[in-house]
Amino acid sequence: MWDYSEKVIEHYRNPRNVGKLDDADAIGIAGSLACGDQLKIYLKIKNNIVVDAKFQTFGCGSAVASSSILTEMIIGKSLDEVKKITNKDIADQLGGLPPEKMHCSVMGYEALEDALKNYDDYVDLDDLREEPVKEKIICQCFGVTENQIWDAIKHNGLKTVEEVTNFTKAGGACGRCKDAIKDIIDTYYKKQEKEENTSLSPAQKILKISKVIETQIAAELQKDGGDITLVDIDGSKVYVKLRGKCSGCKNAMMTLKGFVENTLKEAVDKNIEVIEVE
Amino acid sequence: MNLIYLDNNATTKVDDAVLSAMMPYFSEQYGNASSIYEFARSASRAVQNARGQMKDFFNAENEKDIIFTSGGSESANLAIRGVLNMNKNKRHIITSKVEHPCVLNLYNQLEKEGYRVDYIGVNSNGELDLEELNEKVNFDTALVSIMFANNETGIIYPIQKVVEIVKSKNKETKVFVDGVQAAGKINIDVQELGVDLLGVSGHKFHAPKGIGALYVNPKTLITPLIIGGHQERGKRAGTENVPYIVGMGVAAGLAKDGLQYEATEVKRLRDKLETNLLKNIYNARLNTGVVNRVPNTTNIGFEYIEGELILLHLSDIGVCASSGSACTSGALEPSHVLRAMNVPFTSIHGSIRFSLSKYTTEKEIDYVIENMPPIIEKLIGISPYQDELAAIKKLKA
Repeated sequence: MWDYSEKVIEHYRNPRNVGKLDDADAIGIAGSLACGDQLKIYLKIKNNIVVDAKFQTFGCGSAVASSSILTEMIIGKSLDEVKKITNKDIADQLGGLPPEKMHCSVMGYEALEDALKNYDDYVDLDDLREEPVKEKIICQCFGVTENQIWDAIKHNGLKTVEEVTNFTKAGGACGRCKDAIKDIIDTYYKKQEKEENTSLSPAQKILKISKVIETQIAAELQKDGGDITLVDIDGSKVYVKLRGKCSGCKNAMMTLKGFVENTLKEAVDKNIEVIEVE
Repeated sequence: MNLIYLDNNATTKVDDAVLSAMMPYFSEQYGNASSIYEFARSASRAVQNARGQMKDFFNAENEKDIIFTSGGSESANLAIRGVLNMNKNKRHIITSKVEHPCVLNLYNQLEKEGYRVDYIGVNSNGELDLEELNEKVNFDTALVSIMFANNETGIIYPIQKVVEIVKSKNKETKVFVDGVQAAGKINIDVQELGVDLLGVSGHKFHAPKGIGALYVNPKTLITPLIIGGHQERGKRAGTENVPYIVGMGVAAGLAKDGLQYEATEVKRLRDKLETNLLKNIYNARLNTGVVNRVPNTTNIGFEYIEGELILLHLSDIGVCASSGSACTSGALEPSHVLRAMNVPFTSIHGSIRFSLSKYTTEKEIDYVIENMPPIIEKLIGISPYQDELAAIKKLKA
């Protein structure tokens, strides 16, 4: 049996705002019958305020609870506030969901997003996110798009394929898209790291360089009996003292320097130049 | 609130007589059945006695044909790997699409190890495609494994016919039967069936969890899975689990005696439950054909509502059942058995399996018949498929 929170149990036993709004201003749908869960959300909007919301859900206990609490979360809120709601907020409001059930909260978020997209005055969420539209379907079995996976990674800090499956179902059936999911995860974190690095202040950059040397480079060199000491940093110039296993051998030292430089370029800044000091 | 346990295909209550037969072997008769001194003799005799009870349960020729295991999964693994290891020159296996995961996942693994596996399909009634089976058996087929009865639907497969077909195509091909869901529900006669190996699990027929048995006929050679001591004639190492073996022996005797009750009374209650739910709930649909089924099982789909949600609400009124929906297991895909039968998704996700036992009472069945319709009515109200539901209602009226 699932370890559902009190709040989840309370909501699937007594779901709030069940039904349909005949004069809805926006309707959003997420999920499908084949996948085993579908959520329809109806919004009544006046002067940019959600004045009423109702839902109909085909799904398990946590899907009903996610839908139910979502309607409670948005009624009375302005559209600007509603747009900020993520799946994580839904799960948090429910006092958490079992990892395998996180996709229920994602479905709530997607239905809401769909409803807002369908609302006339609405500005495309993708523009707000400043991220490219990625409607390419990654998981054929559950019809999960690249964009949905990207969002789930972003909002929940997902790191593994298994986590992505728990949150979006992608990869949960035939598993053929697992490589593609891994690629999206890698791309996301590479992109994030790049963004972090371009906005690094000089002090942050120094800290980052010394951290990379300490955790990645020194550890690697020490395996072979070598070592590295950071001497100074001046802009993009990094002065280090190197000690290789075959210190004195010029070729070996060149290779070593190349390894250090490439690692720092990759991790911190592509303009970094490593200078060896005696 | 009383507990109404209708999930006996998952596990069963240990019979009081079984438990009391086991107790002395924890406290007084704790000897190792393999020791030679007088004190251990009663443990050794108890194991021997239980072996005899299992022999009778299977109607095997000889007590030596019985190997005690830890349960259904081990029995299946021992049988399948054991046969394949003894027939290294053959690389082909045939099974069905509706086997239990303990068998299917093993075959997936064997495919990775280089075996070719054919998965025989079923029709929408759940009946096995025997023609397909006939076509697939060839000189390279080491093993055919078909379950006796399906855990989700209760459908009984024609094992005797399967054996005839297989042996007529290739005498050397061995037939393993996963008998876990048949044990205690219908008669198992390995000689009449003509099977080479058949596995059962004690906890499905009122013995405790953690004990099972594998029947291996004398003409079938297998290698052990667990290597170690000489127990079970070298086929399964490990100190004999005396109290559990004793318990399963007693349970097997009781089960054999209770088959008539299963076939009449348990079946009557199952049919009553099934008929009334189908009659009183408009979106209810029988997920199997009215084919040969074990007497205790029914699988009903409640269209356009989801199984886990039904189970949670049943649990709130004290009723235990199970579902083939994707959500209940943590797997994201719904029942492979119902999908193999082409049951529509609208019904698979809302499928509920009730499985009764000798302890199920008429009062309990009446309680479910009375209390389930309002639950379904409430959940129908939440469904986004109101138009489709209205159409079914009209059709049924």
